[in-house]
Amino acid sequence: MGLQSCVNINKEWDIVGARQMGRDIAREIGFGTVDQARIATAISELARNIYLYAETGQICFEVIDNINQKGISMIAIDSGPGIRDISQVMEDGFSTSGGLGAGLPGVKRLMDDFDIKSEEGKGTEIRALKWVR
Amino acid sequence: MDTVNLDAANYKDLLKRYIDTQDEQSLYGAEQISKLFIKNNVPPEEIINLHIQALSELYPNLSEKTGHSMNFLLETMISYGMAHQEYQTLREKQLELKTEIAVAAGMQETLLATTKPSIDGLDIGVISVPAHQMNGDYHHFIKGRDGSLGVAIADVIGKGVPAALCMSMIKYSMDSLPEESMSPKAILENLNRVVFRNVDPSMFITMFYAQFIPSEQKLRYSSAGHEPGFYYRKKEDTFEEIEAKGLVLGVSSDANYERYEQRVEKGDMVILLTDGVTECRDGDRFIESEEVLEVIKGYAHLPAQDIVDHVYKHFERLQNFQLRDDFTLIILRREV
Ligand SMILES: Nc1ncnc2c1ncn2[C@@H]1O[C@H](COP(=O)(O)OP(=O)(O)OP(=O)(O)O)[C@@H](O)[C@H]1O
Ligand SMILES: [Mg+2]
Repeated sequence: MGLQSCVNINKEWDIVGARQMGRDIAREIGFGTVDQARIATAISELARNIYLYAETGQICFEVIDNINQKGISMIAIDSGPGIRDISQVMEDGFSTSGGLGAGLPGVKRLMDDFDIKSEEGKGTEIRALKWVR
Repeated sequence: MDTVNLDAANYKDLLKRYIDTQDEQSLYGAEQISKLFIKNNVPPEEIINLHIQALSELYPNLSEKTGHSMNFLLETMISYGMAHQEYQTLREKQLELKTEIAVAAGMQETLLATTKPSIDGLDIGVISVPAHQMNGDYHHFIKGRDGSLGVAIADVIGKGVPAALCMSMIKYSMDSLPEESMSPKAILENLNRVVFRNVDPSMFITMFYAQFIPSEQKLRYSSAGHEPGFYYRKKEDTFEEIEAKGLVLGVSSDANYERYEQRVEKGDMVILLTDGVTECRDGDRFIESEEVLEVIKGYAHLPAQDIVDHVYKHFERLQNFQLRDDFTLIILRREV
């Protein structure tokens, strides 16, 4: 397990900062151009959700270095309103952008592993992980 | 041409050849590869990456700026890739749904099945074709012990699966009625209560119920807001609308239905239909009821079943083989 690096999300500009940090880490541990772009997009989606729905929060990155594989793990945490019906949110076509493949189902597809914990009124924690191919 | 494959070397060769010759054959190769990409679900960002790799191998001295511009292009493709993946998933889901609906339609067909009975001295023709997979029209024949024939024809305002579910309920209620003793008026009043109690208020059902009594050569009927049928007088060779007033089923808990009676002479026809017949369209124009009657008249010398079959074929063709609404047509004719 590597060290955690975090970016605070308070304003829209911070989305760019989170992308930058995620991309730098991804490049360093050997992700190709395409996967770097995908990781950056996943970060954008998570960071924008924090900015839009929770106002403030954090995105943290961790390098995972096992004997046989390397990967990047990201955690988006906020203490915003939470998501009431997670199953509904994970349905394709539910997001406000509707049918464009973005939003949380898109993040799930971009990454190899994806998990949401959320409680109404308390906050949301989303973990996503991608392995270097 | 199955020499195409998706590996990087192949793309590179094709690209090189095109850059050298700009010939149409390379472009034909590009088309083939493009199809393979789609078939194998290759997202656009991967294609651009393939291109970047091929370029850098073919021209190692290409300017740095060109490289940056290609990376920029790759980034702009990511969302397209995501949308494409979602499209794939939705397509699979749609197929699943289609199969499910096909199964449901099959069940509905079994559930609502009715056989055309044979009644001495009465020639019966019937056709009912759904516009989509599930039929929102319903018709049913009941042969009474006293030799009478009961005919129900109904239409749910609404289409598709909800309409079909609604019809199954109507069929179930009719089956549980104490059968032939009941008059059309009583049957409609009974069904009205069932629909009022059990069906969503936004859903309405119209029904025409007729009873033919051979011993008296009489037709008794009542209507719950259903599309009016027609009566054909053989002697005068004319059609007239079968007038019958009555509230649509399910609107009011205590609707009353009037009883009507009509003597049926030899060769006369009773024509019952749903609005899928009278609201056929020829281009943007709704057809007139007279047109339906004209077509019926044209085939009036044939047996009742042949008449309804021909009328259906006529309007199916008029609408370019795409029904907009469920189509049900029943003809009863007193034989000469
Ligand atoms: N961190 C969060 N806190 C509270 N609610 C959230 C959070 N993230 C997502 N949501 C809720 O889940 C819904 C779906 O999010 P998702 O990102 O999939 O789509 P979207 O943000 O509506 O549209 P877009 O496609 O533009 O991202 C949001 O509309 C929002 O209600
Ligand atoms: Mg979002």
